[in-house]
Amino acid sequence: MNATPVNRVYLFGTCLVDVFHPRAGMAAVRLLEREGIFVDFPPEQTCCGQPPYNSGYDEQARDVARQVVERFSDPIPVIVPSGSCAGMLRHHYPSLLADDPLANAAQDLAARTYELHEFLNRVLKIRLEDQGAPVRVAMHTACSARREMGVRDDGLALLGQLKHVEVCEPENAEACCGFGGTFAVKMSEVSAAMASDKCGAIRATGARQLLSSDCGCLMNIDGMLRKQGQDLNGEHLAEFIWKRTGGEPL
Amino acid sequence: MSGFSTHPDHDFDVRIHDALGNAELRESFHGAMHFLRDKRRTQFPDPNALEALRDRGAAIRDRALARLPDLLEQLERNCTRNGIQVHWAETAEEANTLITGLVNAAQGKRIVKGKSMATEEIGLNSAFEAAGFTCLESDMGEYIVQQANETPSHIIMPAIHRNKASIARQFHTQIPETPYTEDVDELIGTGRRVLRRAFAEADVGISGVNFAVAETGTLCLVENEGNGRMSTTVPDMHIAVMGIEKVIERLADLPDLLRLLTRSATGQAVTTYLNLISSPRKQDECDGPRQVHLVLLDNGRSRIYADRQLRETLRCIRCGACMNHCPVYERLGGHAYGTVYPGPIGQVVMPQLHGLDRAGKLTQACSLNGACGEACPVRIPLPDLIRRLRHEGVTQDTGSPVKGHGRQRKPAEALTWKIWSLIHRTPWLYSLTTHLATRARKLLPPWPRAWTNHRAPLEPAERSFREMMEQRGRDPGGKQ
Repeated sequence: MNATPVNRVYLFGTCLVDVFHPRAGMAAVRLLEREGIFVDFPPEQTCCGQPPYNSGYDEQARDVARQVVERFSDPIPVIVPSGSCAGMLRHHYPSLLADDPLANAAQDLAARTYELHEFLNRVLKIRLEDQGAPVRVAMHTACSARREMGVRDDGLALLGQLKHVEVCEPENAEACCGFGGTFAVKMSEVSAAMASDKCGAIRATGARQLLSSDCGCLMNIDGMLRKQGQDLNGEHLAEFIWKRTGGEPL
Repeated sequence: MSGFSTHPDHDFDVRIHDALGNAELRESFHGAMHFLRDKRRTQFPDPNALEALRDRGAAIRDRALARLPDLLEQLERNCTRNGIQVHWAETAEEANTLITGLVNAAQGKRIVKGKSMATEEIGLNSAFEAAGFTCLESDMGEYIVQQANETPSHIIMPAIHRNKASIARQFHTQIPETPYTEDVDELIGTGRRVLRRAFAEADVGISGVNFAVAETGTLCLVENEGNGRMSTTVPDMHIAVMGIEKVIERLADLPDLLRLLTRSATGQAVTTYLNLISSPRKQDECDGPRQVHLVLLDNGRSRIYADRQLRETLRCIRCGACMNHCPVYERLGGHAYGTVYPGPIGQVVMPQLHGLDRAGKLTQACSLNGACGEACPVRIPLPDLIRRLRHEGVTQDTGSPVKGHGRQRKPAEALTWKIWSLIHRTPWLYSLTTHLATRARKLLPPWPRAWTNHRAPLEPAERSFREMMEQRGRDPGGKQ
């Protein structure tokens, strides 16, 4: 993949980006296009199938996963602006579809799936010019981005290129925020206890803004901060980077 | 006896609610877990060295499991040759009957016991009580919880949920002539005096086994207080109880496993005591038990062994690192699980031992954040196993050996996922749904309550991403 320059990629938008954070998706498209890459957005895409998969409903997850494999079939990178959805494609599709006629295609898809910031930092090695005013931000890396995809450093490296942005990782940064998909609803009290500690740690950084590359965590943490009446804007990392580097409004 | 008297799923929600409402408990666990994580981290300063050691540990355990039946037979042969009497127990009941029988045959009454999860699992203390024996736990933490009629809340640190003031009150009221003091050294001194007397008077000593070496017929026991050595040396009879998965091939496998075990469990570079027991007292020796018995306990393990993926469960070396790193365990403590093994390994082991109908709900107490899998020194893929068991819990006829299939399936939930799947594999329906959700965003009810009790309601964007992309495609200025 790295040997020949990439000039076309797929974007897998994810359902949470689609409905709740469309500007994060637009920022991902713009960031890739600014590097001279054609972004192919298959319009019939929906979701990666993670919600039923994590709940144990493999059959329902498989029905959805098959379509992802079919719709992203060209041999080009698939870019996902979410660690957990990228993790689903890369690490779970091969076993979920192991006995399916699409088993080989799922393996192939897994091998060319990238989390957005991983792709920007490691494959494209993009350079960023900060054009914003000084600001202090708190960065939350999702568990799946940190552990399953191993891309924590990519997000931080991109932020590190922004000269006027002071980045703090909250205390116990590696701790789960308590989202976990349906976990937040099924085990809502435990989830809320986890989210509450996470919000406390983020507030303690004194940051003006909360960044994450995963919309699930953002919804969870930002939702609790807003309920607490905290003036701490939560934003997807891609959107923040796009705006800071002189991109036009999305 | 099945290791716990209540159905672990039963009232799980109530226990969770109570644990979360107990500020003292939450603070204790928060502090203890972070202390243990930090200690472990300082023991593994080089991440590459840690990963290499984890690889070796996992490989040693895998190698042993791959040859498990052979190794157990080899262990039996070598132990027998060394003079250790080997017994096999298929179930908890069988093990308890066997062990109480051994104690009876030796006309024993007074028993001391070193810390052992296998004996907790089979409920040995209750069996002893029923047989009219007195059995004193000799690990200080176990002694404290036994005296309080409690169960351990952690597999390594059984009394981690207790603070010194409550232990001071307990000792003051339960041990005669004990003045009230919160001085930790004095409290330990008090416990030690009671235990010393028990060691001297005991007829039988019970222990677990950390590892058993097949090639030499050696039982390896790791401990910090010296109570294990007292329990296995002073009484005339020593009975070791071991889950069949604890066998390893060679003595040379031991150093790597010990390094992983002590550093992962308590953050210690080495254990204070390592007991290698290879025979009863020999003729010219002045101490040690005259009889050593080894009880090899199955209790559902061969069923776990039968499935290639679930077999990875049996790699476990019982260090407790998974619970120390689990954000759910950190908030709840071990008792909320209602099981002998709590935390991530408990969520994997208990449904397999006791069936998904009885313990399947435990698998929900996990956000799949992966911290347990990252911490596990022998690389048990705990999140994958938890997810697998969730699947088994809601599905019939999987052909797997786990009992209680499909018993966690709720019709409403199953229907929800069916509808969900239909929407997400029918692009026009998905488009329509997201279109409606974004258009009607101001009208959506603040739902579900489980979410909005603690967070602001979810609000869809004005336009979905796909609509923005479509718009862009039509826009002559757009690049697509």
